[in-house]
Amino acid sequence: MKGSFLVNGRTNEWTFEPDATLLDVLRANGHPEVHRGCDEGVCGSCSVLLEGKLVNSCQVFAASAMEKDILTVAGIGTIHEPHPIQTAFVESGAVQCGFCTPAAILATLALLRKNPNPTDEEIHSALDGNYCRCTGYVKIIEAVRLASRRMSSHD
Amino acid sequence: MTERLNVVGANVPRHDALAKVTGRARYVADLPCDGAWVGGALWSRTPRARVRNIVFSPDFDWSRVTVITARDLPGPNEVHMIKDDYPILAGDEISYIGQAIALVAAPDKQTIEEALGAMRPDLEELPPVLSVEASLAKEAVIWGEDNVQAHYRIEHGDLEEAFSRSDVIIEETYRTHHQEHLYLETNGMFAHPRPDGGVIVEGSLQCPYYVARALAHALGLPLEKVTMRQTETGGAFGGKEDYPSVLAIQTALLSMKSGKPVRMVLERREDIDVTTKRHPSVIRHRTGVTRDGVILAAEIDIIFDGGAFSTMSPVVLSRGVLHAWSAYRLPNARIVGRALATNTAPNGAFRGFGAPQTVFAMERQMDRIARELGLSPLEVRRKNLLKTGDTLPCGQVLRSAYAGLVLERALDISGYEEKHGKQQEDDRILRGVGVSVFLHGGGFTGAGEEKISGRAAVEVADDGIVEVLVSSTEMGQGAATVLPQIAAEVLSLPAWKVRHPNPDTSRVPDSGPTVASRTTMMVGKILQDAAKDMRATLTGEAAKNAGVLPESILWENGRLASGGRDLGSFEELALQYKEEHGKPLRGEGVYNPPSDCQWNEAEYRGDAYKDYAWACDVVEVEIDADTLELRVPHVTSVVEIGKAVHPMLAEGQVIGGTLQALGWGAMEEVRMEKGRYRNNSVSTYIIPTAVDAPEFTVEIAETPSPFGPWGAKGLGELPMDGGAPALAAAVEDALGVFATELPLTSDRLHALLRQRRK
Ligand code: FES
Ligand code: FES
Repeated sequence: MKGSFLVNGRTNEWTFEPDATLLDVLRANGHPEVHRGCDEGVCGSCSVLLEGKLVNSCQVFAASAMEKDILTVAGIGTIHEPHPIQTAFVESGAVQCGFCTPAAILATLALLRKNPNPTDEEIHSALDGNYCRCTGYVKIIEAVRLASRRMSSHD
Repeated sequence: MTERLNVVGANVPRHDALAKVTGRARYVADLPCDGAWVGGALWSRTPRARVRNIVFSPDFDWSRVTVITARDLPGPNEVHMIKDDYPILAGDEISYIGQAIALVAAPDKQTIEEALGAMRPDLEELPPVLSVEASLAKEAVIWGEDNVQAHYRIEHGDLEEAFSRSDVIIEETYRTHHQEHLYLETNGMFAHPRPDGGVIVEGSLQCPYYVARALAHALGLPLEKVTMRQTETGGAFGGKEDYPSVLAIQTALLSMKSGKPVRMVLERREDIDVTTKRHPSVIRHRTGVTRDGVILAAEIDIIFDGGAFSTMSPVVLSRGVLHAWSAYRLPNARIVGRALATNTAPNGAFRGFGAPQTVFAMERQMDRIARELGLSPLEVRRKNLLKTGDTLPCGQVLRSAYAGLVLERALDISGYEEKHGKQQEDDRILRGVGVSVFLHGGGFTGAGEEKISGRAAVEVADDGIVEVLVSSTEMGQGAATVLPQIAAEVLSLPAWKVRHPNPDTSRVPDSGPTVASRTTMMVGKILQDAAKDMRATLTGEAAKNAGVLPESILWENGRLASGGRDLGSFEELALQYKEEHGKPLRGEGVYNPPSDCQWNEAEYRGDAYKDYAWACDVVEVEIDADTLELRVPHVTSVVEIGKAVHPMLAEGQVIGGTLQALGWGAMEEVRMEKGRYRNNSVSTYIIPTAVDAPEFTVEIAETPSPFGPWGAKGLGELPMDGGAPALAAAVEDALGVFATELPLTSDRLHALLRQRRK
């Protein structure tokens, strides 16, 4: 199949198998920042924002994501101009092996867009679908709090 | 005067963090792959069988793929580890479910699937040995002469006499289960044939030289013809210590035979099925105590399930045996440890390396003693805690011990004494609190550091940045930040002027594997010497060029000066050095064995570890009175680690490691059925998620050790040791039941309550 995908604000024409997942297609076309941890919709490593909503891209057929707005972590900031959430993850010590990190950052973005000042409980449940085996979550949660404080004071 | 530190002890930004938060970090599955083939394997589905033949269907066009069986190997059918008993591919016999029987490489996954479907092993099934009890009874001999992969024995004092003096003798058997690492990135390797007949392998791993040597051994190549490069590693926890050697060899074989670059990344199911796990254990304690709770005699019998091949089992068991006393004085003791073979996937390295099992048993036994004597868990602990000058059962005299310090501090912070024993019968939420005190030896066991004699180097690259050249890897724990901090401190540079590239064995000296909580403590010390060597060289050079005495040269803020005269920046002088000498400025270090540590391997006695880190965990639980669902609202952990080079990363290790320990203790369960892991997926092997994450209070105590840089001791594994027993103690406080077995799922709690009512 052929289709057009709008990833991080850029339109691309990609060829893919009819049963390919969005994760397969993204990874095959220069978006390895979207990680594969389980391929069964549980670990959340493959999270992207699809039309602003957090989804596990391993559970989305690529064909259904054509023409829709797709955001990966590479689309929200760069090494030279990181997004405040990315900076908060760095400063809080929320990154260890980094495999879960792109997805955890997108989960944070989805949460803070909807709810700029979440309670701790809301943070815990917003990140519940994003497994991390390294950090014990505490510093990821601190990073979300820090990003929330910084982003709301900038508004 | 204490030295004023600029970089060591500071929370500098993590060196790999920006790449990871922006999605720029590349793991092995992410590497560009133009023209690369993929690799796959035919895994055994039966635990034990004789292989008569492998049948290849004539309906498949075998010219489309490359196939390798045990008959096609260029060298010995051995994955070189401690013993060379692990076959690359099953030969005449299959020994566990998940053992590789044949390998296939093809241009794409679908062709692999077709090829695998067209292969059929012709087997004669044999009765498998599926438990350590069956192995011990030699229902079948499946390993060596008697199924015993390793055996240790420690005798200390006069055990029988001490038992005869004891008022009470307390016996109990404890059992622990498999634990799956579940690093989020599965194992993966990418091999490229070299034009000179050698091979380059890139992949996710902890120990580049282990893998390079295993490759050379299996391929019949000299080490120079093998290059091993670590890629960004998405978690390891010991799970990428042993298995990467297996996968690297398999991938390299496919690549060399097909002449193509070949990548093999395990799917999650495969990864859970075929890679190593934490050893299940059965540990029997028999302890003689006085009426007021002083331990006089202890007999400890430890059995680990090694699985089909020995991998790291001999050294895992050894560490388990040498941590069997946890933080307590056993004046008379006999400790026997055995690792037994079973027809299950080989068990291997996992953070803690045998200590979590034996510490769990010892801590539980302390609670058992308290229970039997009607004393509090604290009283019994305080009476037996190890102190400076005490002799361990292995004969080591402790130069320092901080068990009391971490315990009292953790009690203070957590309010344990106000909370313990306060359960009200009519509460709907049953609350409890438990404590554990434990230690973990830093660096290799015994004379391991002497045997490998690690090396490190630093070298100034053309962009003026100092590179740390070691084989120690970043796998999330922070080596790529902490090691540069150490070199930067010596060279009076900010941390960002030093970097740690992912190791490449064609470039870095062998600083040893990234295991055993040895990177900061042992490799850090060697690196400190390498940086001092660089500093001395540049000092000499600058003095010569300026016509002054080397002693007059001062290093400050990245500049060198003499008698008030600025001689230039470190970078300028280093690059000038390269111009003049035609080679980059470099410093080297090699392990310098301390003269006052002795270990006798034959007698299995002496200084088991150079030094120990100490910790105390206080775990609080809330248990729903109806469902018996367990929640951990709060954990206090006080660790004494000599010196925290990066306190924030150190705290991250404590929290992450403790949650892994609590996951093992509370919910993680490998369900085994006839040698097969039934729950081989992330949806069925349950690990803690964000809603399970407790609040943590972590305190780091620092009493510098003579053996690590600026006093730093090993930390990585320590937090894995104490979570499970503290959790079990908290459950005991909440429910009044005494658990001897993990994990403490609500099913197990129901069973324990039923038993008590009877
Ligand atoms: S890879 Fe998609 S949820 Fe795990
Ligand atoms: S940082 Fe390793 S999985 Fe989260």
